[in-house]
Amino acid sequence: MTAISRDEVAHLARLARIEMTDSELDHLASEMDVILGAVARVQEVAGQDVPPTSHPLALANVFRDDVVIPSLTPEEALSGAPAKADQRFKVPQILGDAE
Amino acid sequence: MALTYNDAIEKYEPTLGLEVHVELNTHSKMFCGCATVFGAEPNTQTCPVCLGLPGSLPAVNGKAIESTILIGLALNCSIAPFSRFARKNYFYPDMPKNFQTSQFDEPICVNGYLDVEIDTDEGLKAFRVEIERVHMEEDTGKSLHVGGATGRIHGAEYSLLDYNRAGIPLVEIVTKIIPGTGKYAPAVARAYVTELRDILRSLGVSDVKMEQGSLRCDANVSLAEIGSGKLGTRSETKNVNSLRSVERAVSGEMVRQANRLEKGERIVQETRHFLEESGVTRPGRSKEQAEDYRYFPEPDLVPVTPDAEWIEALRATLPEKPSLRRKRLQAEWNVPDKEMTSMVNAELLDTVEETVLLGSDPTKARSWWLGEISRLANEKEVAATSLITPAQVAEVISLIASGDLTDKLARQVVEGVISGEGTPAQVIEKRGLKVVSDDSALMVAIEAAIAAQPDTAERIRGGNIPAAGALIGAVMKATGGQADAAKVRELLLKHLGQS
Repeated sequence: MTAISRDEVAHLARLARIEMTDSELDHLASEMDVILGAVARVQEVAGQDVPPTSHPLALANVFRDDVVIPSLTPEEALSGAPAKADQRFKVPQILGDAE
Repeated sequence: MALTYNDAIEKYEPTLGLEVHVELNTHSKMFCGCATVFGAEPNTQTCPVCLGLPGSLPAVNGKAIESTILIGLALNCSIAPFSRFARKNYFYPDMPKNFQTSQFDEPICVNGYLDVEIDTDEGLKAFRVEIERVHMEEDTGKSLHVGGATGRIHGAEYSLLDYNRAGIPLVEIVTKIIPGTGKYAPAVARAYVTELRDILRSLGVSDVKMEQGSLRCDANVSLAEIGSGKLGTRSETKNVNSLRSVERAVSGEMVRQANRLEKGERIVQETRHFLEESGVTRPGRSKEQAEDYRYFPEPDLVPVTPDAEWIEALRATLPEKPSLRRKRLQAEWNVPDKEMTSMVNAELLDTVEETVLLGSDPTKARSWWLGEISRLANEKEVAATSLITPAQVAEVISLIASGDLTDKLARQVVEGVISGEGTPAQVIEKRGLKVVSDDSALMVAIEAAIAAQPDTAERIRGGNIPAAGALIGAVMKATGGQADAAKVRELLLKHLGQS
């Protein structure tokens, strides 16, 4: 049994807006399958008493004070933008609808 | 023949669900130190974190967490002992990171409720709105769609992005489904958002300005035939930006859906946009394709685990509930129901209270704010509170009470303050508006009036008291209206041997 199917990889590629050829999909599907299989072995040693973790450090409640620090200038903020206009980032026509 | 609202509720039972997004009023953003000023020049409040630049790391604003816990407590929620942020992945340029830091299955607050009251033909009716969750996330940037006829996304050639708003702390408050509201569904929706707004304002956690988008409501509405025991397919209406619109959007959706069902058409599960001008909704994105946000715990942030001590310390700071406060003030000030409603609707309750706390009589404070000052504010199309301060109004009221100003002079003082002539004391000084209360100064004017109209004076001496009006009028004229008419009358009659 495979951990991830070719269709699932194609679906993820679509969600991530990554265009992939058929041969790339074939290649990646088998590669990801091997990676997921390796990661799955962790579950063999993690018992019920080990909670899934999302952070390597056993920390909680790390907060900063609500203090304003200087922002970038608009020129700095826009310096890496492929396109800009009116002090804003310019993006190609958006299909679909706003969140 | 299209169904009207009344036809719709004859046959169909609505079910509501409301999602309210509220921007917190922290000084800095949720995960970085950028400022959060509304209306700043585009892209002047951004940094590597909120622009999603590689290598940047978020740090949680502690004040935002406190505000969210406060909101949860005020809505009778349980505060989760363990909660986490999660990435909501989607591709849309309003979020430069390509994910929104939000919460998924581990929100900060769960299972609360808010009781609301609505005015019905059968008197006040209470509804309990159950709260599913209150979670933290971040706001998105603002898009400007260029090209195309209407500034809308369809037909636009390109879009321009301002990320000042991206990363401002946003709290989402989600109700459970609200059944059993029947024909009152639109009123319940409005009452809920109103009460929620008042609570958020009393907590001081947000500006709650619907017109500026710091409080936004999405309304889910579905219909099912009465007695069917089923739940219909829902639509979600976004872009509802005023309390009145909440009510209109819900009733509009009920009528639209009833008409579709009546024709045997199905309701499409979709996002709709509310159009303020026409009061109808238009379709937006269809949600028939299941969303796939691939949520996963945010690896750059550690969990939030508020302990009981912290929660109880916050609970101890909760202010009086707005609904209880309204009832208390109404009783203390002895305000009739209708006047209370106008004061609340005019959003002058806080202002009147402040004026009262400065020593003014509640009835007088209310009548100044809702009368003369509101009238001038309406003329100028601004908020009453932008014209004059409670302290200035309290000063004017106290000068009337002490007899230094008549009502008429007081109106001139208020008008002077509003036209920027300074404080009440300065206006009185500049315009020379003090009541002439010095008896000897008044007596000079009274004697002059008697000398000018000896016949009238003679009639008064003869017992014709109503004739005094002419002489009082002459004195008032001579003093430029600055005398207290009652005082003039008293002195005049005494002088002419009639008291």
